[in-house]
Amino acid sequence: MSTAITEEQVEQVVTDALASFGADAEAITREATFESLEIDSLDLAELSQIVEESFGVELKGSDVATVKTVEDAIELIMQRAD
Amino acid sequence: MSGAEPRRGCALVTGASRGIGAAIALALARDGWPVAVNYRSSEQEAQATVALIVEEGGSAVAMQADVSRPEQVQPAFERISGSLGPVLVLVNNAGVRADGLALTLEDRQWHEVLDTNLTAAFRLTRLALRAMVRARFGRVINIASVVGPRANPGQANYAAAKAGLIGMTKTIAVEVARRGVTVNAIAPGLIDTEMTADLEGGLIDAVPARRPGTPAEVAACARFLASEDAGYVTGSTLYVDGGLSA
Repeated sequence: MSTAITEEQVEQVVTDALASFGADAEAITREATFESLEIDSLDLAELSQIVEESFGVELKGSDVATVKTVEDAIELIMQRAD
Repeated sequence: MSGAEPRRGCALVTGASRGIGAAIALALARDGWPVAVNYRSSEQEAQATVALIVEEGGSAVAMQADVSRPEQVQPAFERISGSLGPVLVLVNNAGVRADGLALTLEDRQWHEVLDTNLTAAFRLTRLALRAMVRARFGRVINIASVVGPRANPGQANYAAAKAGLIGMTKTIAVEVARRGVTVNAIAPGLIDTEMTADLEGGLIDAVPARRPGTPAEVAACARFLASEDAGYVTGSTLYVDGGLSA
């Protein structure tokens, strides 16, 4: 199923998830850092779950610990989906 | 039914075939939670707990798994979540003893107690938190002991595990607090169960209440901690010990 994932789908899921964690929807851009969005490690752990549920892509805690921006997260998910 | 109007989910009580675990399973069922009654080897007793719950109009299933064996726990956990809904109340109650003075305590006894009483609780909590965090509601209740915070010669392994549970409770409570998930510990003192049948003799004199507690008295506290009413109680340890720790 992972082969059918598009970057647009991933971006949508990530954006929706971040907004659901309380990030300001207008501030969520690809360049935005999680720090600036006040997204913390618990949010990222939950984002990993949402990504897994949505796309069947499993992200390891150590992977997620390295992402700094929304773009980093999208790229990581696309890489793991390959 | 009172206090906790159950959400779409269930309660899982480990080591619920008898003693404190069985009493907690019964109490949570009375609050309307469908309950997974976990047991390792006492199938008949687990089925008796299930039957008692069903007789009272509640809903329960027996769940066989040795909690210290992840390869048994994970599939059993997934089956329960599939049939009863996500585990929104987790009671880590399963516990074993393998007593001996530290001088002679074997590695095997150390690991047996730590694996079941502490590591298994961590693994199950990690599993259950996934759905709880997503649901913005969850209750983890770890059954610790007065042994741990207090000394008890012959139980270095048990004390380490139970003190570890209390430490784990506090940290995980803080990690997930803003998702509506609470994590608390209950520290029973001398409770009248099979597990303490060999202990009671002289110990009663040390208990200000001068009697052992009952499993139902511990279960009443678990029922409260699982309820909506206890939503602001997290990271705490509730002593149920007739004043022993006071």
